[in-house]
Amino acid sequence: MLKIAKYIVFDIVRSKVLIAYTLLLLAISLTIFMADADVTKGLVSITTVIMIIVPLVSVVYATTYYFNAAEFTELLVSQPISRKNILMGKFIGIGSSVLVAFVIGVCIPVSIFAFSATGITLMASGCLLTLSFVSLAFFTSTRTRDKARGIGLALMLWFYFAILFDGLVLLFLYSFADYPLEKAMIGLTALNPIDLARILILLQLDISALMGYTGALYQQFFGSGAGVVFSLAMQLVWIGAPLFFALRAFKKKDL
Amino acid sequence: MEEIIGIRKLKKSFGRLSVLNGINCSFEEGRVVSILGPNASGKTTLIKSILGMVIPDEGAILYKGTPVTGTFNYKRHIGYMPQIGRYPDNMKIGQLFRMIMDIRQEDIALDDDLLKEYKLESMYHKPMRTLSGGTLQKVSAALAFMFNPDVLILDEPSAGLDPFAAEALKEKIVHEKRKGKLVLVTSHILSEADEISDHIMYLIDGQIKFYKSLHQLKDETGEHKLSKALTKAMSEEICLR
Repeated sequence: MLKIAKYIVFDIVRSKVLIAYTLLLLAISLTIFMADADVTKGLVSITTVIMIIVPLVSVVYATTYYFNAAEFTELLVSQPISRKNILMGKFIGIGSSVLVAFVIGVCIPVSIFAFSATGITLMASGCLLTLSFVSLAFFTSTRTRDKARGIGLALMLWFYFAILFDGLVLLFLYSFADYPLEKAMIGLTALNPIDLARILILLQLDISALMGYTGALYQQFFGSGAGVVFSLAMQLVWIGAPLFFALRAFKKKDL
Repeated sequence: MEEIIGIRKLKKSFGRLSVLNGINCSFEEGRVVSILGPNASGKTTLIKSILGMVIPDEGAILYKGTPVTGTFNYKRHIGYMPQIGRYPDNMKIGQLFRMIMDIRQEDIALDDDLLKEYKLESMYHKPMRTLSGGTLQKVSAALAFMFNPDVLILDEPSAGLDPFAAEALKEKIVHEKRKGKLVLVTSHILSEADEISDHIMYLIDGQIKFYKSLHQLKDETGEHKLSKALTKAMSEEICLR
């Protein structure tokens, strides 16, 4: 399993896409920190940017790589290796490469310029977000046969979580405005890994006061130890569950 | 002779298209079996089911008497040469061989006959994506024989190989057969099947039309050449209907 991961990492390092992604993240974080003396503001800006870019690149890159390595998978399946180990090896290989890009591009500048509770939350949720979108990419890739459809599905997934989901939540709030929805909102948040990450970071920043009553409730829930544990656990579920279903599909797949 | 691979009531369909309709047969050691049949008769699907790349809907595949569907350890006794070898683009030939050795980690003497025969060692630094179709086939062939497997499964082995390379492969197949190994070959080139095989399996629409020794087939039809014997066998079949 780890050996397969090792060879995938070697292969990825030789391609330039991930290096470009690392440099892009690095450029974003450095310019934001350099441009503004206020570190907190910088963190908010970085949060906004990475909540869009990180899921997009993770899901699209993992899907593309998954399909490009189809031959490699075929070769491995004819060798004495279990299918579980093949898929897990691929996940570890791709996941760790994208993660390293995020660590170099965001975690290092943040630790240098803004090492605080907020900074740590940002780094941790960014890492978890990366892995959950790689995992989602595996989920869709094992279910489709051709690359074009796989990438299309990956983009739709990103579009849904990054943009559509918030619209749907607003619609939901608007339609049921007469009811007390604060508790339901917390449940809804758990359905989107991006929102989980975002709320966790923003709540560290004391600007939740601007978010009204729901914000106060969020503060009360996610600001507490139990809330942090809950959101971390949910993010782990967003990594584990898609991977589990991907594994189930892959075991039955004809190559 | 001992049965190495047994196939019992194997069925597989892709969507509504039924590809294998209850295949029953057994492959014994020391044989070269040519699996023949028109396009889309299920040859490759049969081979891929044995390798666990295609998961059968029904039926069982036995390796030395044990069902192997869903397991993977038996694959260390199988060498597979695909129809079209496709390998990671960025990898070099040498890296590919080293990687497979590293992943399999077997302490057995490696069989590098083909590696030497095809002079692949001098091309170890070439990336896979720059290789011609023929060279890729050579790499696939060398990989299939490398770990001294009990069973060799070759899917259209000589397609794309130059005549010398194809001849070397044929010699290698006969050599391995003498050592008591089982070789399964699919091919469209009948003269080649005639030369190397001692059993012929003919598939049509996912069913075995016949599975006989080459001698028997030739005796029954009274022909000396496989191509003629086959045509005769098939036309008689049609007349009998």
